[in-house]
Amino acid sequence: MGRAGLLADAALIFKKDLRIERSSKVVTVQVLPFAVMTLILFGFGISPDARVLLGSEESRTVLAQVTPGLIFIAVLFSALLALGRSFGVESSDGTLDGLRLAGLDPAGIFLGKAAAVMVQLAMVSAVVTGGAFLLFSVDVGWSPSRAVLLVTTVGAATTGIAAAGTLYGALAAGLRVRDTLVPLLVIPVLAPVLLGAGQAADAALFGAVADGWPWVGALALFALVYVGVGILSFESLLEDA
Amino acid sequence: MTSDGAVVQLTDAVALVGGFPALAGATLTLQSREVVGLRGPNGAGKSTLLRLCAGLVALRRGSGEVLGCDLATRGGRRAVRRSVGLLGHETSLYDDLTVAENIRFWSGAHRADDDDAGAAMDHLGLSGRLADVPVAGLSAGQRRRTAIAVVVARRPRLWLLDEPHAGLDSSGRDLLDRLMLDAAASGATVLVATHDRGRIDDVLTRCVEVEGGMVRESVDG
Repeated sequence: MGRAGLLADAALIFKKDLRIERSSKVVTVQVLPFAVMTLILFGFGISPDARVLLGSEESRTVLAQVTPGLIFIAVLFSALLALGRSFGVESSDGTLDGLRLAGLDPAGIFLGKAAAVMVQLAMVSAVVTGGAFLLFSVDVGWSPSRAVLLVTTVGAATTGIAAAGTLYGALAAGLRVRDTLVPLLVIPVLAPVLLGAGQAADAALFGAVADGWPWVGALALFALVYVGVGILSFESLLEDA
Repeated sequence: MTSDGAVVQLTDAVALVGGFPALAGATLTLQSREVVGLRGPNGAGKSTLLRLCAGLVALRRGSGEVLGCDLATRGGRRAVRRSVGLLGHETSLYDDLTVAENIRFWSGAHRADDDDAGAAMDHLGLSGRLADVPVAGLSAGQRRRTAIAVVVARRPRLWLLDEPHAGLDSSGRDLLDRLMLDAAASGATVLVATHDRGRIDDVLTRCVEVEGGMVRESVDG
């Protein structure tokens, strides 16, 4: 099957998954509120009055200081729900068999599902980031270069999370213990994304923008590796699911 | 087609399901335009036989060819899937999509013609108000009709039907019987697992008994 067929299959799966979300509203009604609640719980867990000294006179609240990491922890937890949903719809009523019978390019199925998860996570990330700024009173001296770094960080991080998550979601798709196994598989694998995204977002919000780009490069490399592995291995995963 | 013109040619086929030999040496030959019934008790291996023919289960021992594709190889199993229509106990429908969205999605996935999808919906009585109803809101019979419409739209060369009458009302059963006869008349082959006796016998060319993972006997219908 050629590249056109692969992209057509990916587009078919992508549109189908977004259509299912439009109809079921699982991400908007369940995953998004879950992400916001996670942020609020962080706020309860860390005293809003606690401050860190940045110099002899300057200080910042601890909550604001750790906001970059909290944003991506909330996104990562939300991703587990989105991934569970993405493969939940394929495990019910034999739809996974239907996809195998259709003769779609497995790499196209992987790309379509990962892209749909990525779009949903990008939406969650936007809400979580805005919510964190609001809830934790994060004061940022915005500039176009900071905004570009933050948006690129979110894009690279959500692509990596979606690609790796889709791969491991497929690995566990046919198992009865799927719902509990996927978080166990995915969280350790995504630890580097959390590290890289936290560092890059920290540079975008508070540090030197130039310090963030190497982390974005690492995030992009992570995403690229998992997209490549997914394209190459999804057929085997689908057969064994 | 196999080299001797058979659509399905299984010889001493062994297939495992969860490590258990659900098929333990099945031998079966199907020719073009046949409508063949599969009968046998629960757990006899009927569903596994259908899934083997669809390329969804690996052939562990023996030989098997369906529509000229070797079931012993992964490539052969992938190739045969595009030419068969399988209607199993599960309907392979997305609950959150409407009837029309499901049929359009699966037609697109199978590279079926849009006109064929529309015609299948008309034929199965799904074009009216039902078209915009989410599948989760359908009765078992309506759900079955939708799954049948997906198979019809594909125009498969080999129909593999597992208890297809389950959940259908009398008119639905008659319609399905006509669809099977029409498919065979147009050159396709139909293999249907059924517990029904009586009315479906008029549709069947012949019937085979499956028991203990083996095809026991073959009698003319």
